[in-house]
Amino acid sequence: MDGFWFGAFPYIALTLFVVGTIYRYKVGFKYSSLSSQFLESSHFQKGSVPFHVGILVVFFAHLIALLFPNISFGGHMLVSMETLMLSFSLIAFVGLAILFYRRITNQRVLMVTNKMDIAIEVLLLIQFFIGIYITVSLKWGSAWYASDMVPYLQSVFTFHPDVVAISASPLLIKLHVVFAFLIVLLIPFSRLVHFLVAPLHYITRPYQIVRWNWNPKTIRDPNTPWKDAVQRPKNN
Amino acid sequence: MNIRSQMSMVFHLDKCLGCHTCTVACKNIWTDRKGAEYMWFNNVETKPGTGYPTKWEDQELYKGGWEKKGNSIELKGAGKLKGLLNIFHNPNLPVIDDYYEPFTYKYLNLIESPQSDVQPVARAVSLITGKPLDIKMGPNWDDDLSGTPDYARKDPNLAKLTPAEQEAMFQLEQMAFYYLPRICNHCLNPACVASCPSGAIYKRGEDGVVLIDQNVCKAWRMCITACPYKKTYYNWSTGKSEKCLLCFPRIEVGEAPACMHSCVGRIRYLGVLLYDADKIEAYASADEKDLISSQLDIYLDPFDPKVIAEAKANGIADSTIKAAQASPIYKFVKEWKIALPLHAEFRTLPNLFYVPPMLPVMATISQNTNDNDTLHEKAKAWDDSWLYDTSLDEIFGNIENMRFPLKYMASLFGAGDEKLMAEKLKKLMAIRIYRRHITVGDISKEKSDAALAEVGLDIPMAEAIYKMTSLAKFDDRFVIPAAHREEAIEMLESTADVKGNTGFGWTPKPARGI
Repeated sequence: MDGFWFGAFPYIALTLFVVGTIYRYKVGFKYSSLSSQFLESSHFQKGSVPFHVGILVVFFAHLIALLFPNISFGGHMLVSMETLMLSFSLIAFVGLAILFYRRITNQRVLMVTNKMDIAIEVLLLIQFFIGIYITVSLKWGSAWYASDMVPYLQSVFTFHPDVVAISASPLLIKLHVVFAFLIVLLIPFSRLVHFLVAPLHYITRPYQIVRWNWNPKTIRDPNTPWKDAVQRPKNN
Repeated sequence: MNIRSQMSMVFHLDKCLGCHTCTVACKNIWTDRKGAEYMWFNNVETKPGTGYPTKWEDQELYKGGWEKKGNSIELKGAGKLKGLLNIFHNPNLPVIDDYYEPFTYKYLNLIESPQSDVQPVARAVSLITGKPLDIKMGPNWDDDLSGTPDYARKDPNLAKLTPAEQEAMFQLEQMAFYYLPRICNHCLNPACVASCPSGAIYKRGEDGVVLIDQNVCKAWRMCITACPYKKTYYNWSTGKSEKCLLCFPRIEVGEAPACMHSCVGRIRYLGVLLYDADKIEAYASADEKDLISSQLDIYLDPFDPKVIAEAKANGIADSTIKAAQASPIYKFVKEWKIALPLHAEFRTLPNLFYVPPMLPVMATISQNTNDNDTLHEKAKAWDDSWLYDTSLDEIFGNIENMRFPLKYMASLFGAGDEKLMAEKLKKLMAIRIYRRHITVGDISKEKSDAALAEVGLDIPMAEAIYKMTSLAKFDDRFVIPAAHREEAIEMLESTADVKGNTGFGWTPKPARGI
């Protein structure tokens, strides 16, 4: 079984993620955060802000540890990292719980809810719960993550899956990994795609946008040769 | 100079009868869909009143538009920093209840309910949840309800009036109202475009229509906050924002937008204005007292040979320049100077101008004695001896004492400048005095000439204004330049390249199979 879940399943998930997100982006219209704040705002605020902040911190902590496993903590630093991560996961978990409660109790929000929304929220709730439980029961994850988990994850991302590296891990950790890849798999089929189009380019673009169907200067200039006139207009 | 052309509009408020034909025409074409039921790209409000969404003019509440910071301007409730920080929850977003929950009635109950002792009823049900609904708000909920405490007195523009002035305005015998039709202003400095984190909203270079690219919109919902006129709407079903598109598919083939075409009062005018795009930022950051005059400065004289040469160099078609010369908007805004933008203090440089209303604010009637020698023959024959009276001893005596305080009107159309407001109203009044002299005859020529002279109008100009407001035909009201789609297609692909291909659309070269 380990062979499938840790040798094959990550690649199924990653392939579907890459192909699915690109295909969905090409189709275009369905890429949206599908915000329901317009229908209900106050519970949304209480849930959405802590959830998003929490999950971003936790996600980047996992990512940084994966990329730089040699950073080691000791003493005070280890305790504070542990506390920090635990509190952000708790913040995200509570936020998500509020969002989930809002989604299934608010009549208006329920009308814009589909089965995948419920599935993905339940899955994330379970994943957070497992993660928090691991942090509490198997202490000092900030220390053993680098030595015990990173080798397996790196083997997956370098296309030499080392199933043995994870087979000795406790069941909870195994579940956490499988659920993580399941969530990755579901990204292109759910509203989760919106994090891929986070509007960071807004920071550098000018405020006003003007789009031209064609370049009016070249088209009406009789000196423009035919082949140069055929050009996509430069916007702004 | 960077000359561009802009589709602009004038709404003549004296002629608006509040029939909502524009609204219905627009609704039927564009927003009769799931998620868009509550949207009104065109709506007609009763003023004084709270409008739609409720109290939209109160930017302390909705944080729309731009505000001046130092020598520059910033978005009040959105922008790069505020927008990205508030992306997980936008605290300045209006919610559906600020508009109203869309509803329908269970009409089928009326014919399908079983026999019983009581009449069947068609209950209201929400178009969002499908559940029965107690209607608290609806489209045009405050229509004609000016003077009632719930609506007129909550008009944000009244904040600037003293309590005594407000009381004077609402005395029952003085109660008056007028209609304010609103569509997207297709601004020169659009706040919605600037606020969109995805960059989905853009201004079309060719005609200045502001549009939302539905494929790029990701529902970050900042445009709804940023537009001070609340003319971008969030479709709660598709998760995309939508707005008035000035019926661009109609404009491109030379037809007037649906709201304008269907206008029963013929209050709407559409035409092209040439403007200098390099000056937008400077003029949008002008001091509040100079805002309107600087906005009117940005529009250029299409008869000026220098402007024509610059426009041609910038690729503006001859047909567009010709349309700009015949534009009714240019006449109203620049030549006659009787149309003003709505709430210029939002600093978006709106391109929809309003000729302020006089009828509800000026009307007094007096009984006419038919033996009056000065009366026109036609007027003597009228059965009704009551006349709409503007013939005071002092020509403009009642402008300052009108039923709506100047301060109120100036808050809407003059960015708070009462002098400017009085000037426009006096002009409109002078034309009435002049026409009354011609048609009724109880105002002397001296008095009529004096009225025109005081506001700087001559008789040909007064006659032209009268003709454009009262007698204008379809082609006078809508001067729409060719969109030159035929040139557009040549720019997007060389037509020679597709010679020998098959059909339209996806055009593979016919080739022999293997």
